[in-house]
Amino acid sequence: MQVTRRQFFKICAAGVSGSSLAVLGFSPTDALAEVRTFKLARTTETRNTCPYCSVGCGILIYSLGDKSKNAPAEIIHIEGDPDHPVNRGTLCPKGAGLLDFVQSPSRLKHPEYRAPGAKEWKRISWDEAFTRIAKLMKDDRDKNFIAKNDKGDTVNRWVSTGMLAASASSNETGYLTHKIARSLGMLAFDNQARV
Amino acid sequence: MALQSLDIKARSATTTPSPAVRGEAIKVAKLIDISKCIGCKACQVACMEWNDLRDEVGTNAGTYDNPRDLTDQSWTVMRFAEVEVQAGKLEWLIRKDGCMHCADPGCLKACPAPGAIVQYTNGIVDFHEENCIGCGYCITGCPFNIPRISKKDGKAYKCTLCSDRVAVGMEPACVKTCPTGAILFGSKDDMIHHAEGRITDLKERGYQNAGLYDPSGVGGTHVMYVLQHADQPGLYNNLPKDPHISPMVSLWKGVTKPLASFALGLAVFAGFFHYVTSGPNEVKDEEHTS
Amino acid sequence: MTNHWVDIKNTDLVLIMGGNAAEAHPCGFKWVTEAKAHRKAKLIVVDPRFTRSAAVADFYAPIRAGTDIAFLGGLINYLLINDKIQHEYVKNYTDFSFLVKEEYGFEDGIFTGYNAEKRSYDKSTWGYQIGKDGFVLTDPSLENPRCVYRMMKAHYSRYTPDMVSTICGTPKDAFLKICAMAAETSAPNKAMTIMYALGWTQHSQGTQMIRTAAMVQLLLGNIGVAGGGMNALRGHSNIQGLTDLGLLSNLLPGYMTLPSDAEQDYKTYIEKRAFKPMRPGQMSYWQNYGKFFVSTMKAWYGDAATAENNWAYDWLPKLDKGYDILQVFENMNNGSVNGYICQGFNPLAAAPCKVKVSGSLAKLKFLVTIDPLATETSEFWQNHGEYNDVDPTKIATEVFRLPSTCFAEEDGSLVSSSRVLQWHWKAAEPPGDALGDQEILAGIFLKVRELYKKDGGAFPDPILNLTWKHRQPYSPSPEELAKEFSGRALKEVTDPKDATKVLVKAGEQINGFGELRDDGSTACGCWIFAGCWSEKGNLMARRDNSDPYGIGQTLNWAFAWPANRRILYNRASCDPSGKPYDPKRKVIGWDAGVGKWTGSDIPDFKADSAPEEGMNPFIMNPEGVARFFAIDKMAEGPFPEHYEPMESPLLNNPLHPKNDQARANPAARVFKGDWVTFGKPDKFPYVCTTYRLTEHFHFWTKHVKTSAIIQPEQFVEMGEELAKEKGIKSGDHVRVKSNRGFIVAVAVVTKRVPTLNVGGKKVHTVGVPIHWGFMGLAKNGYITNSLTPFVGDANTQTPEFKAFIVNIEKV
Repeated sequence: MQVTRRQFFKICAAGVSGSSLAVLGFSPTDALAEVRTFKLARTTETRNTCPYCSVGCGILIYSLGDKSKNAPAEIIHIEGDPDHPVNRGTLCPKGAGLLDFVQSPSRLKHPEYRAPGAKEWKRISWDEAFTRIAKLMKDDRDKNFIAKNDKGDTVNRWVSTGMLAASASSNETGYLTHKIARSLGMLAFDNQARV
Repeated sequence: MALQSLDIKARSATTTPSPAVRGEAIKVAKLIDISKCIGCKACQVACMEWNDLRDEVGTNAGTYDNPRDLTDQSWTVMRFAEVEVQAGKLEWLIRKDGCMHCADPGCLKACPAPGAIVQYTNGIVDFHEENCIGCGYCITGCPFNIPRISKKDGKAYKCTLCSDRVAVGMEPACVKTCPTGAILFGSKDDMIHHAEGRITDLKERGYQNAGLYDPSGVGGTHVMYVLQHADQPGLYNNLPKDPHISPMVSLWKGVTKPLASFALGLAVFAGFFHYVTSGPNEVKDEEHTS
Repeated sequence: MTNHWVDIKNTDLVLIMGGNAAEAHPCGFKWVTEAKAHRKAKLIVVDPRFTRSAAVADFYAPIRAGTDIAFLGGLINYLLINDKIQHEYVKNYTDFSFLVKEEYGFEDGIFTGYNAEKRSYDKSTWGYQIGKDGFVLTDPSLENPRCVYRMMKAHYSRYTPDMVSTICGTPKDAFLKICAMAAETSAPNKAMTIMYALGWTQHSQGTQMIRTAAMVQLLLGNIGVAGGGMNALRGHSNIQGLTDLGLLSNLLPGYMTLPSDAEQDYKTYIEKRAFKPMRPGQMSYWQNYGKFFVSTMKAWYGDAATAENNWAYDWLPKLDKGYDILQVFENMNNGSVNGYICQGFNPLAAAPCKVKVSGSLAKLKFLVTIDPLATETSEFWQNHGEYNDVDPTKIATEVFRLPSTCFAEEDGSLVSSSRVLQWHWKAAEPPGDALGDQEILAGIFLKVRELYKKDGGAFPDPILNLTWKHRQPYSPSPEELAKEFSGRALKEVTDPKDATKVLVKAGEQINGFGELRDDGSTACGCWIFAGCWSEKGNLMARRDNSDPYGIGQTLNWAFAWPANRRILYNRASCDPSGKPYDPKRKVIGWDAGVGKWTGSDIPDFKADSAPEEGMNPFIMNPEGVARFFAIDKMAEGPFPEHYEPMESPLLNNPLHPKNDQARANPAARVFKGDWVTFGKPDKFPYVCTTYRLTEHFHFWTKHVKTSAIIQPEQFVEMGEELAKEKGIKSGDHVRVKSNRGFIVAVAVVTKRVPTLNVGGKKVHTVGVPIHWGFMGLAKNGYITNSLTPFVGDANTQTPEFKAFIVNIEKV
């Protein structure tokens, strides 16, 4: 049995302060034992898929409220879907922390614009954004569209504006993106599969 | 029958006996198979997320360990060790550290605050912070150096084995999330049985000393490890070979308590507050560079 | 993946090489641990670093980054010399007996037809000998020296265990042990699976690395069987789907390809792609190309796509060259790109050579970013101190940052690596004014269309005629779009064998691509997804996880492309007579009683073609068999050859020490101005490799508190020997420099990064995780791609992130 002087002091200090607090009237209440209330009891459960890697783990998203009109859903917890044949309820450290992605302070909330040479963002409306972007695109397309190449072959391409498509957007978004890009004649069009 | 039970086996600093007429609850256990662990820290995140804890964003100290130690916000951490038990054969032993839920819990024995620490009949040892006086005595009582006093509220915190989930029939958050099945949860009997299968497999793969870590010095634990090298638990970031409750706990029970009751003074108070704010278990750097 | 995540549990041996599944795909990796637990499977990891996968492996061997072809070529040589191959399989299901053109040759690292100036090959000699009947000549006796088997054996005879060790730095005994373990799976009832990822794709010769591995699997008879396969672990949640949908510069949906300038004639375009069988009795499924193409054009252009205008063929842009991301940044750098739209993509962090990318973005007139998070790209113009030291006043780019929803705030489907399309449901509204991606696309497109309608402009036809039959035009619904790519009948579709039998009524959703027609009677946006939303409903949303055969196929869980098939090439799991090679893991088998192939999976075959008809399992190839000899499909040669990475610690290729042309990939594209950006080993002596950590996902999770907590700060890894030489201790700050830039990070000194003996020379490796940047909650750091070279794989142009050279110093 080895107790150093320092440890002994600490033992006494702790013992004394604990007891003395009780003596001073900070006595804890009766020793009841109850676990923390189960936080998911009547939350709403929504099935979803993890947006990170391609294992495609099933997840359960828990939100406050029952989706009634006056209670917009607020996501409070996410865990693995036990029915999913691949992940069977498990999640990796990224999937297990998906709540903090949804609730990240870096989530963008408004369209923003940065003018040439400016040092700051400026908040704009969606309509302003769409109108200006559409104009820039059309101007560039009209100016640089190549209907025929030097040999006179029909090529109908627009390569002075490009697009990088997402890696985690849905098939539905991807399909729509592809349709639009090709209708404009875009070729400078790629996605994250390349890198 | 559900695995959980809210029946109480023992409460700290409480002399009234716990209710005892109900039949034996099933003892639960978490089994951590280190040979399957990839150190992904999903358990750390699931623990934080479920328990609404967020530690500080720290720094990298030249290792994968982060957060670097258990805190009031980090109830479990992965401890990484690079060892060569056999020359030329590198092993990356990664141990999930956290409360072992001892059958004979030193923290509970040491705790002077009535009902701050409770042991349920299913084996879970839980802290009830509303009763905690922040004395830190549980830390002295713990043979595994687990509880941490919060700087925010001066109370002790540690893994609850997700007592709130277990109480409604679910598995702990870390168990559920573990991608490789390195963490399992069930009755202690089943977990021991499962471990036996794992140990046989490990022996076939050349780990002659594979074994179960369920140390008898603390009456066995409700968190157990499957170790590839059960003969050398120290390889796993100093997992104690034969843990016992600190002798200081009996010292407290026998000597300090009556002595302290008579010695109330400002100086002692000062010591207490220093103790609470600095914490008794500052971790030194060298413990992390192994 | 040819197979799927759960199927990994059926394997006897796992080879993780060119990837780190435990780190990057932990929940999929669980099926490796299941195979170990329940089949006593073994796990081998080959990697420059002792990874998290290696931590639970049965055997680990180190390898120098970028030398995998040498290792795998050595394995091929071992299997051929020791005759550890699945004889019946290779003889019947591969091109073993096919005869190669007499003109084809290979000398000192260069194949016939090389043009050094263009850095490309004339591939006309890379082909088979064709008989008078139009079919490929074969020699089933395998005696002919021009048969693929003999040619391959000769090619890889140079890849001796000593040569492998010299190039790779892998100890010879470790290499031979792995060869022996893999060789055991040549038994017809044994399987090995290969799991790889960006550790193979991100090299200047990455596609050929993967090919070499596929050749190993074919020799062992491990393709098409349960527990086997070539399993590409895709990096992002829907990168599989977005590739399937053809969102790459040269593709159309379902792996159809855009025409080139020269392909002015529609018929020639189709004929060139609708391959005719090269051997008698073979299916050659691409013969149906025209049906897929016309159905896509009908989906896109509706009534405006007619037989008269060749289904609007001329409306498709024609390629004069590839416009991959590297080419586009090259063009941007040259000032020929004015606008750029980044949808959920952060190229400033994700593309190679940050200094070039950053400078290129500054030359744009406008940049649009669409993302749920504040990306580095959206702030490329902003000064972020040492991490992004630019002067905003000198950058004239107009930048738009549009907030989009994330997964939790939308309905839709994603395709996992298993090729499974899974539907997900919206749980909450997005924050602030954020909009869904489809609404943002509609917002921009409909404005453009309005302008063209009003003012006219350059070639407006495809814009004005693009189908847009959405009940809410400004908010196209995921259901509408999913139904559109799954396909429907515009007119009644009947059985070609019996015109009175109606397969699908006009207006109904089709059941599968077998119902597509090239006469304009069907519309289908992506033929390989056909049937995912049929009249039975949304099959992607199915949630029955029952597994009646116990081998994890779960056919009623969601929907796998193609045709809900879970294991590709599964006909090859049976012998030529139709009996499964391993009845315990039966995928399919010939059931003579009903005259059909039946089993735990949808047959990847003509369902009623009896074995005696002689149709072979690889129905997408016109040969009907798998190819060891790639004919003209690869940029740098029909047989993979080891070349050094573009930047390497070796001054020459040990296989061709005297031929400088064959040092690095002779067909890799290098832009003129980039040659000077490559470093030399005298100044940059260490191999550098970049990678992911399990705690983070790309550049997203530095915005996520939990991930920032468990891995907060940028670091680099190095072995103890290098650290000692450089006086570096764990926790020190170090500067890692390449010829293109530098980063400063914390040093993690570890036993897990071995020093290699490469032909008598000590080679050290420096490992650099990619996840940090100047935005987010984790500690800010340098963009790792400040270091990487601007060169890609010769076939895919995927950048060489996995092997280049650096120097390192203590700060």
